[in-house]
Amino acid sequence: MSALDVNQSVLSPAGIQASAIHSLWSLMLWVCAAVFMAVLAVLFVALRRGTRNRSHDDFEPASEAALSRSVGAAVGVTVVVLIGLLTASVWTGRTIGSLHAASAVTIAITGHQWWWEIQYEDAVPGRRVVTANELHIPTNRPVVVKVTSRDVIHSFWVPNLQGKRDLIPGYTTALWLQADRPGVFRGQCAEFCGMQHAHMALDVIAESQQQFEAWLEAMRQPARDPSDSTLRRGHDVFMHARCAGCHTVRGTEAAGQIAPDLTHIATRHTLGAGTLSNTAEHLAAWIQDAQRLKPGNQMPPNPLTEEDLLALVVYLETLR
Amino acid sequence: MMRRHDPSIGGDLERLEETWADPNGWYGWFMHVDHKSIGRRYLLTAFGFFLLGGVLAALMRVQLSRPDNTFLGPDLYNEIFSTHGTTMMFLFAVPVMQGLGIYFVPLMVGARSIAFPRLVAFSYWMLLFGGIFLYVSFLLNAGPDVGWFSYPPLAESLYTPSKRADVWAQLITFTEVGSLAVAVSLITTALKLRAPGMTLNRIPIFVWAQVVTSFMVLFAMPAVMLASTSLILDRLVGTHFFDVEHAGDALLWQHLFWFFGHPEVYIIFIPGTGLVSTIVATFSQRRMFGYLPVVLSLVSTAFMGFGLWVHHMFATGLPQLGESFFTAASIIIAIPTGTQIFCWIATMWSGRIVVRTPMLWILGFFAIFIAGGLTGVMLAAVPLNTQVHDTFFVVAHFHYVLIGGAVFPLFAAFYYWFPKITGRLLSERLGTWVFGLLFAGFNLTFFPMHILGLHGMPRRVYTYPAAMGWGSLNLLASIGAALMACAIVMFLVDAIRAYVAGAAAAHNPWNAGTLEWATSSPPPNSNFPSPPTVAGREPLWENPPGQAVVVGLRADARDVLVTHVLDAEPDHRLLFPEPSIWPFLTGIATTVLFIWSIFTPWGVVYGAVPVFVMLVGWFWPKSAHEGGTQLWPFAHRMLPRPNETPAAGGAI
Repeated sequence: MSALDVNQSVLSPAGIQASAIHSLWSLMLWVCAAVFMAVLAVLFVALRRGTRNRSHDDFEPASEAALSRSVGAAVGVTVVVLIGLLTASVWTGRTIGSLHAASAVTIAITGHQWWWEIQYEDAVPGRRVVTANELHIPTNRPVVVKVTSRDVIHSFWVPNLQGKRDLIPGYTTALWLQADRPGVFRGQCAEFCGMQHAHMALDVIAESQQQFEAWLEAMRQPARDPSDSTLRRGHDVFMHARCAGCHTVRGTEAAGQIAPDLTHIATRHTLGAGTLSNTAEHLAAWIQDAQRLKPGNQMPPNPLTEEDLLALVVYLETLR
Repeated sequence: MMRRHDPSIGGDLERLEETWADPNGWYGWFMHVDHKSIGRRYLLTAFGFFLLGGVLAALMRVQLSRPDNTFLGPDLYNEIFSTHGTTMMFLFAVPVMQGLGIYFVPLMVGARSIAFPRLVAFSYWMLLFGGIFLYVSFLLNAGPDVGWFSYPPLAESLYTPSKRADVWAQLITFTEVGSLAVAVSLITTALKLRAPGMTLNRIPIFVWAQVVTSFMVLFAMPAVMLASTSLILDRLVGTHFFDVEHAGDALLWQHLFWFFGHPEVYIIFIPGTGLVSTIVATFSQRRMFGYLPVVLSLVSTAFMGFGLWVHHMFATGLPQLGESFFTAASIIIAIPTGTQIFCWIATMWSGRIVVRTPMLWILGFFAIFIAGGLTGVMLAAVPLNTQVHDTFFVVAHFHYVLIGGAVFPLFAAFYYWFPKITGRLLSERLGTWVFGLLFAGFNLTFFPMHILGLHGMPRRVYTYPAAMGWGSLNLLASIGAALMACAIVMFLVDAIRAYVAGAAAAHNPWNAGTLEWATSSPPPNSNFPSPPTVAGREPLWENPPGQAVVVGLRADARDVLVTHVLDAEPDHRLLFPEPSIWPFLTGIATTVLFIWSIFTPWGVVYGAVPVFVMLVGWFWPKSAHEGGTQLWPFAHRMLPRPNETPAAGGAI
């Protein structure tokens, strides 16, 4: 595949789990390719022999005993190869399953139609961080992701880092992953979850421990009070139009629980779970009529005046 | 070669044909019970749904041919892929294989009829009405849109308030009722209506495949009927089987569904292997090598097929030990399949091969199916599965398995049996073109999907951003789909041309060895004016000259010889039912009940009344002279036992 602009591939692993799976893939690919070629080669020879037999009247059929021996041997080889692959598979599974550590970062991910709620756990409730659709993790440190869903079944899949795990309502399961190098790795919902299944992506940003700590600390800060009249107006629009009913901006009275937390919306790279890049124009268009951009999502259209919309976008752009 | 005897009923031949004829006229059309007539309807109807499902697939390929395409919106796309999958699984793959069974199992075992012909007629109406119901719903914008697997909670009324999920669930009920009825009929036909002399170890492999498949249907279909009925109850009367908010369980559905869903793959594939065994033997001009291992492979595949449903659920996060068990089961099932492949190759190796169109499709089957089987082994490995599950890699895998393992053998069977069904030959030259185009188009469509999946493209997305870099491979796949469409159109043209004006086919144009070729093409109403007896696995090759035929069956009534299960010794004679309108009327009443029940639970209660009335009509007792069982005179048994040298001549 030429010029991939985005990291979302099983074939370029960036973590130990994905690397282990990639090794298993390579083994499987070569063994299966060899088996495929071998069987087709024998089939080709059989076809040639069989057609030649037809044109030779003195054709001596192969003895049934010889055929039985060959078929028996082929079945034997099949059994051995399959047991080998089974062993490799179980061994890889055990390797991946044993990569646990006490020093892990714990992140809870909750699936929603069609976005990801992300929560960084902390023993102190006030230090917990809630964000959406963007996962920051430190490199070279195990991360445990606890997944569940609020509505239908989704699946968390960041192929460069780890295999997928379903987000099932009523169940919480844990998935371990680790990034070995910094980078932005894209993930996408992999279980059909309704109308906008195609637009339910997230970015995983792997960065150094210091950058990660700094980011987390920044995320813990509540929103600052608006400092000028435009921002004040934007703030008021947010609180008095319908926004605050669904969205939370910590540090303000907006505490809606239905939709993504917007306390640091301006730091995120995308809008609508990967639907659009996060620019002022896109933000304005999204607020006005998200249904046009991502039909079926839960955000209603917002017929604001041009001034109100502008002020609101300017205000949201300050939520860093 | 079997010599055609001039049986004692010779003068009654016309009478016999009249006895076994279905009524004419438009009213008579609804009364048909002849298995050949029902089988043809099954094949044509299933093929019609194959074309409809193919049109839906083509629409999806147009939508995905470039990034950010707006040809189809998300709502319509989801409806289309759900209806495509539902159609191909329930209205094409299973019925088309059962249709072949309905047509050919009685012929291959030398019987005059399928067992329970009215039940088979009824199941045809279930298939037809179910399919019409699905497509009318689709046109009314009420086609299923939650996938052919309908996972709750998405399929629950909270998330799918429209009738779309109910339509899906009731379509399942329609087709399952039909396939269960056919399974029972096929099993009974193969076990009780075989020609004298056709002991268990002489049953044609295709018939074995149908028997094994039918047993799988009996055990697998109830699981999905249970599941879909529970779903309907959740939606209609507020039970909470799968409702997490009220202590239901979303994973319960997946266990029930895949307990059916994985065997379903083998229900489609095992008849395919039966076709391969039949056609490989015929075109190698020798009996199938390794009859016993092949039959045992079918049986063990069927057993194991029920033990690996969890490999569809590896991403749900089950305990590792449990997962390893299902990995092992999923890998081990490759052994019987491998055994069959080696036996086919050995048959060809030691045969005298004639490559004609049916054989071309079989060669295509080998290439495609083996590739699909090997990616199946990859998918059995849990770690790899968690990466490629629900991506286009899986889409590629199961199209390789199902199109390779079932559709290619099916095309082989069309070319192989078309002369028998219609009495006319398809064009060899066009057939080669159709095969070449479909083979190339198939690989062009589905091979790139492996790569797309590995590069992160999930299934069931209606579009994708250009930045993902998936555009060019998707375009390639769409071009391949266009080639496949061309091939199908050419096939249709050739089939219609041959049906109208094709060269007349001889009774046995391929010099095959099984009994369906012992009668004329197309077969007469009674199948065999003189029902055959057999002295070997390939009777037309192995029966000695002057092999006995069955005499003494009445020509003026639907008299059928019933034989013993193990050794096919004559047991008794049985009068089979006449054509009847009741299966059709019962089908209508059942349809009313099923569709009514989508709207109110009372539909089940009140809708049961007309069904009951129709069944009373169907089962109304006959007067004594109309039916009954007559003992067969055992004293006259002159058949060779399996290990005896067949004696020439004689009659029973």
